[in-house]
Amino acid sequence: MRTGENSTRTGSSLSLRGLTKRYGSLLAVDDLSVTIPKGSFFALLGPSGCGKTTTLRMVAGLEDPDAGDIRLGGLDITHARPHRRPVNTVFQSYALFPHLDVFENVAFGLRRRGRKNVQPAVMDALDLVELPHLARRRPGQLSGGQQQRIALARAIVNQPQVLLLDEPLGALDLKLRRQMQLELKRIQTEVGITFLHVTHDQEEAMTMADTVAVMNRGRIEQLGRPADLYESPVTTFVANFLGQSNLLDGEHAGDLGTHLVVDVRGNKLRVPRSRVSSRDRNILVGVRPEKIRLRAPEEFVPENCNRLSGGVVLDASFAGVSTQYVVRMPWRQDLTVFSQNLGIGERFPAGSTVTVAWEPEHTFGLDAAAAGAPERPRTDPRES
Amino acid sequence: MSITSVSRVNPTRPGGNRRARPARSEARRRHVPYLLLLPGLLWLGVFFVVPIVTLLGTSTQTRVPGGEIGEFTQTLRLANYWDALSRYQEHFGRSVLYAGVATLAALIIGYPLAYMIAFRAGRWRNVLLVLVIAPFFCSFILRTYAWRQILADEGTVVRTLKWMHLMPEGASLTATSFAVVCGLTYNFLPFMTLPVYASLERIDHRLLEAGYDLYGGPWTVLRRVTFPLSMPGVVAGTLLTFIPAAGDFVNAGLLGTTRTQMIGNVIESRFVDLNDYATAACLSFLMMAVILALVLVYIRRTGTEELV
Amino acid sequence: MSVLTRTGPSRARAVGCRRTPAGTGGHRIRRWLGENALCVYAALALGYLFLPIAYVTVFSFNDAKRSNIVWRGFTLENWENPCGASGDVCTAVRTSVEVGILSTVLATMLGTLVAFALQRYRFRGRTVVNVIIFMPMATPEVVMGASLLTLFLNMGGVVTLGFWTIVIAHVMFSLSFVIVTVKARIASLDASLEEAAKDLYANDLQTFRRVTLPLVAPGIAAAALLAFSLSFDDYIVTTFNSGTVNTFPKYVYTSAQRGIPAQVYVFGAGMFYLALLIVLLGELLRRRRSRGS
Repeated sequence: MRTGENSTRTGSSLSLRGLTKRYGSLLAVDDLSVTIPKGSFFALLGPSGCGKTTTLRMVAGLEDPDAGDIRLGGLDITHARPHRRPVNTVFQSYALFPHLDVFENVAFGLRRRGRKNVQPAVMDALDLVELPHLARRRPGQLSGGQQQRIALARAIVNQPQVLLLDEPLGALDLKLRRQMQLELKRIQTEVGITFLHVTHDQEEAMTMADTVAVMNRGRIEQLGRPADLYESPVTTFVANFLGQSNLLDGEHAGDLGTHLVVDVRGNKLRVPRSRVSSRDRNILVGVRPEKIRLRAPEEFVPENCNRLSGGVVLDASFAGVSTQYVVRMPWRQDLTVFSQNLGIGERFPAGSTVTVAWEPEHTFGLDAAAAGAPERPRTDPRES
Repeated sequence: MSITSVSRVNPTRPGGNRRARPARSEARRRHVPYLLLLPGLLWLGVFFVVPIVTLLGTSTQTRVPGGEIGEFTQTLRLANYWDALSRYQEHFGRSVLYAGVATLAALIIGYPLAYMIAFRAGRWRNVLLVLVIAPFFCSFILRTYAWRQILADEGTVVRTLKWMHLMPEGASLTATSFAVVCGLTYNFLPFMTLPVYASLERIDHRLLEAGYDLYGGPWTVLRRVTFPLSMPGVVAGTLLTFIPAAGDFVNAGLLGTTRTQMIGNVIESRFVDLNDYATAACLSFLMMAVILALVLVYIRRTGTEELV
Repeated sequence: MSVLTRTGPSRARAVGCRRTPAGTGGHRIRRWLGENALCVYAALALGYLFLPIAYVTVFSFNDAKRSNIVWRGFTLENWENPCGASGDVCTAVRTSVEVGILSTVLATMLGTLVAFALQRYRFRGRTVVNVIIFMPMATPEVVMGASLLTLFLNMGGVVTLGFWTIVIAHVMFSLSFVIVTVKARIASLDASLEEAAKDLYANDLQTFRRVTLPLVAPGIAAAALLAFSLSFDDYIVTTFNSGTVNTFPKYVYTSAQRGIPAQVYVFGAGMFYLALLIVLLGELLRRRRSRGS
């Protein structure tokens, strides 16, 4: 179980097709289809109520889909009872059996499948999570972090084809959570099992997962590597859920080979063609706050940079590593800028006029009327 | 890297629309609850519901003239109820009075006790709770009888009271309504204390601290914060005390006389000694109705929704 | 400012009763009383609760011949020979114990099944079931006893009042309490524990046996204990439905006229101390276990 060479044996690809689940009039999962490659660390990311936990429970067998099917390495498990699926879950509340000690908890799955000599496998699993000395303790005597690792050991010891994790780090404090994120990643690489991790914490998903699927209202809005999702979101929901974005209304005004020219309030901005997911005339131009640099109006800005002038700093918050600026543009829209504190002392106090500039390569373009578009760019509420 | 956007895929779905599990196990599941319920409900049905319904029928019967004692026929005579009520109204009143006074006394004694256990007991809390219910480990008949001995004329208590001139010479504590109420209070004290404790224990201490922070003295906080918040427990305790106390006859039997008889005593004697089943049945339902009416009025006045 | 210092949070969190008061002289006693009025009151209340128990204990050692009313002298004879001259007391106690065990077993079994049905399944007629279960708890014992007697009498020669009618009656009024107790325990069970068991390859039966039942067991035990206490101490319903058979409470009541023999006191006190010991031991064990190994 330890070495990654067994990954071809222990991992299996999981395919969900047309998965749908309704609760009364509420459509929790809407025609969801995705293939999770074997041996990968896959994250389902989304806000609460988006259907990610329901999807996970359907894969575990704890909920029955209304439509669609689930295949594990070719085997149809859509309506199989949970105890017949080669799938194990790490629950959000850990769900360790309080009346059994740690050893028996971890051995539970093995015993139910008829394994006689469980000692070596159980101790192996406890070694993997580095807690062999706790074998005879009761779950009530363990700390949160220890319980979480025992829950993981209890699932992994059965060598499932897919391991499901339902927001397992939610109850841990920040430092412990970061530690466990690295631990989980290490274990997954070592063991080679396919991990399906459900979370609402975008930082967690991005640090741990190979592939992330962002879910909203029962559907997957975008799927890809964390960096791709972050730098090139295709919907406003994804743009605003992963980190922050500044989104500007614009109109397609021309082509320059590899780039498009978009007119934003009279300013001509360049957007790389590969980062535009819209065919419409109306394009939402997006740029991440950390990519923007502020310049005093009289400072030099290179020719090919995208720039917007006439901004006024509303607020400058010192946050140690960076300074967070809120800049109000002439058309009453507020932009957020994260500026790394390379020097000492504040550069732009509140009230100063600045020019906002960034590299065209860091721009992305969204369909203004894309699915998930209720996230409008932040404008002054007094305007309407 | 290209962006993969998966929003809507309509593949072919081989057998993918299969719905629920196979029908056979589903049907079996549906019958399970009824099987589980059957034995218990049957027992209650035969030995509780049927007797009560039968009693209802008995309440409208009349004696067969010239027949044996205990021989009744069904005549649907509703006037039985009126007869029973008018003949024993004094007993009804007395039952309500005794039970009411006992409940009040239990509240006065039990509330501070519960308060102390909830707020001042710390580690000894569980032990104290055990001590509160411990008297139940000894037969309640025995304990009630012990009270009769304790309050007896020759007993230490009465002799001391007379020596201190707190009691007049010829007076006696036994066979009085005072003794009956004492017994009722004593026997039902834990029924008042425990629900009140449960309610007090649940109060968020920060609410009390807020009361003190807003310039409330100890009495004010008790009156305006603690007591209102403990109302569900008080209501539950009151009901759990009053209802059985009103129907009790052991205390009146052991500690009282014919002058202090409660409605429970009347029902018992009518039934067992005199075989007057019809009257006993009427009195039973009348008693339940009176208690129910009082309880409803009480609940309406205190206005609490949750009783536990 | 002075208002704040006077009514600090220390009042709200005062735990325990002060033993050594501050101040000097006769003031001390009054101050001590004032600060600890609550504790004094509570001690008095507990004393009031235990006064009859003390009386019973003391008089179990009384060298009484026929009626145990006046204190004659200290003797251990009652405790050494609790069955006394006629042995009636022992018979009554034994009947109570037998009835108690039998009715507890029956009531616990039937009640647990009903509790599971109520808490874990959906079915029609839930309101009716709840009413039937709730009513015995709200019905005065006189009514239950008398009406059940009517049923037995109407069954004519088929049923004779005695041991079995007592058992039937006891199961009847214990059922509701068992159901409520077990149901509460089942409700407090974390649903994800059973899901975890199923996720770990346990089928329905195995899940029940290895996870649900062990976790519900304390509730079932508590319900059984409750049923036994209700049965053992019951007088009113028993007296209507027992015919000539004596249970311990019934024996005590009927001998109250003539004078209760000292042996009854022995049993009364003995049962009390035994039960108290068991409960306190259980509490101690619980504390030791929760402190960890």
